[in-house]
Amino acid sequence: MNLLRPLVTFLGFLAVWWALTRFTALPAFMLPAPADVGQALWQQRDLLVSNALTTLTEILLGLLFGTLFGGLAAIAIVASPVLQRWLMPVLVVSQAIPVFALAPLLVLWLGFGIASKVVMAVLVIFFPVTANFADGLRRTDPGWLDLARTMNASPWAMLRHVRLPAALPAFASGLRVATAVAPIGAIIGEWVGASSGLGFVMINANARIETNVMFAALFILAVMAVALYVLVDQALRRLLRWSPESTGLS
Amino acid sequence: MTPPGIAVENLALRYAGASVFENLSFQVAPGQFVVLLGPSGVGKSSLLRVIAGLESPAAGSVRASDGAKLAGRVAYMGQQDLLFPWARVLDNVMLGARLRGEAPDPARARELLARVGLQGREGALPAELSGGMRQRAALARTLYERRPIVLMDEPFSALDALTRARIQDLAAELLAGSTTLLITHDPLEACRLGHHLIVLSGQPARLGAPIAVPGTPPRAPDDAALLQTQGRLLRLLSEMA
Repeated sequence: MNLLRPLVTFLGFLAVWWALTRFTALPAFMLPAPADVGQALWQQRDLLVSNALTTLTEILLGLLFGTLFGGLAAIAIVASPVLQRWLMPVLVVSQAIPVFALAPLLVLWLGFGIASKVVMAVLVIFFPVTANFADGLRRTDPGWLDLARTMNASPWAMLRHVRLPAALPAFASGLRVATAVAPIGAIIGEWVGASSGLGFVMINANARIETNVMFAALFILAVMAVALYVLVDQALRRLLRWSPESTGLS
Repeated sequence: MTPPGIAVENLALRYAGASVFENLSFQVAPGQFVVLLGPSGVGKSSLLRVIAGLESPAAGSVRASDGAKLAGRVAYMGQQDLLFPWARVLDNVMLGARLRGEAPDPARARELLARVGLQGREGALPAELSGGMRQRAALARTLYERRPIVLMDEPFSALDALTRARIQDLAAELLAGSTTLLITHDPLEACRLGHHLIVLSGQPARLGAPIAVPGTPPRAPDDAALLQTQGRLLRLLSEMA
């Protein structure tokens, strides 16, 4: 991967930001200077790191369970028309209701701890996995299925040895999207009610008009989210080297 | 052990009301290599799919010549190699065993790969092979099934002439003990490989009288009997087109 281009973009962004704070009359509580944010990053490092760990845990658990549920839902939908008729409306409704609207309820039911955030992350994550994976499972090359049938494969063997592996590139696409949106659920949950996490830090800093701390938390969140995406993308590419589709977005 | 032949009786196939063929009857004698020819779209592949059990006929029956069912005794090879891109060549050859939940036999798969000239490529992914090598791997996968009846639908049509000639020799040698029904558009291929040639034509499609090719397959491309049959076949096919 070429690191030069993202670096140049980042430095350019930094320069514009610095120029805005230096040459306009924007007050620091609206837009703190890069140096102020850097200072906040350093001075509040213990607070930021410990809260970032909370958010990261929520995101990773959300990804784990979201991918698991999403994958199982896709297999259930494709394996059984009956399950499809029962599950699809539930899945669609779960996506039609904005997760923002569910957040207060989930916090009320599951508390200020990590559970409500993980559930929110799962709600955001599982649908792209289910949709892409189910699509991939349905689009198996009919020639492969015919070949398997002449070899007397049972429906289960056909799923396990033909349809599942053939759908892995589609599953990977879903997982990439899921990874990119995974932080949304966790952060929303922390805004609505939490005792730790980067979203919690941002809400508190906002109340105290410590905009530089907000930016510091935001910066860490961005770095974490991008790092996670790049890691997942690279791992998937390595695993699905055989697939011509396995070229990601980065 | 002689393999069973194929007995097709009064077979009918219809798609969306339109008749592909009606009352189609023919036999492939045990151990024979029969080639099926005919214009595009006449229903050759559909006929092969019915025999392979991939499609149900509207009427009629397909049986083995010993009276038993064909199911489980047929290996099928299509126009595409249908190798799984995620599996190594060796695993592709042993696919049938995996799908049936049997213990795979790597020694036998290696031996077959060696016979089709792919020794040393067992660990390769299909994408790393040329088109001819991929078809040879597919041939090894077909042979691994140890089925007495082999059905092939234009398996070599995408290969260049030289590669095709080589794989024809290989197929004739390795399928010598089986009952084989092969579809092709290539009169030379038909005359090199077949004991008998049958031509399917018309709508609904009918079978012409079988044409016997003198000599034993694989015939040399400049064999006199082959050239004569090929000329006759070309004239027959061009009259239909």
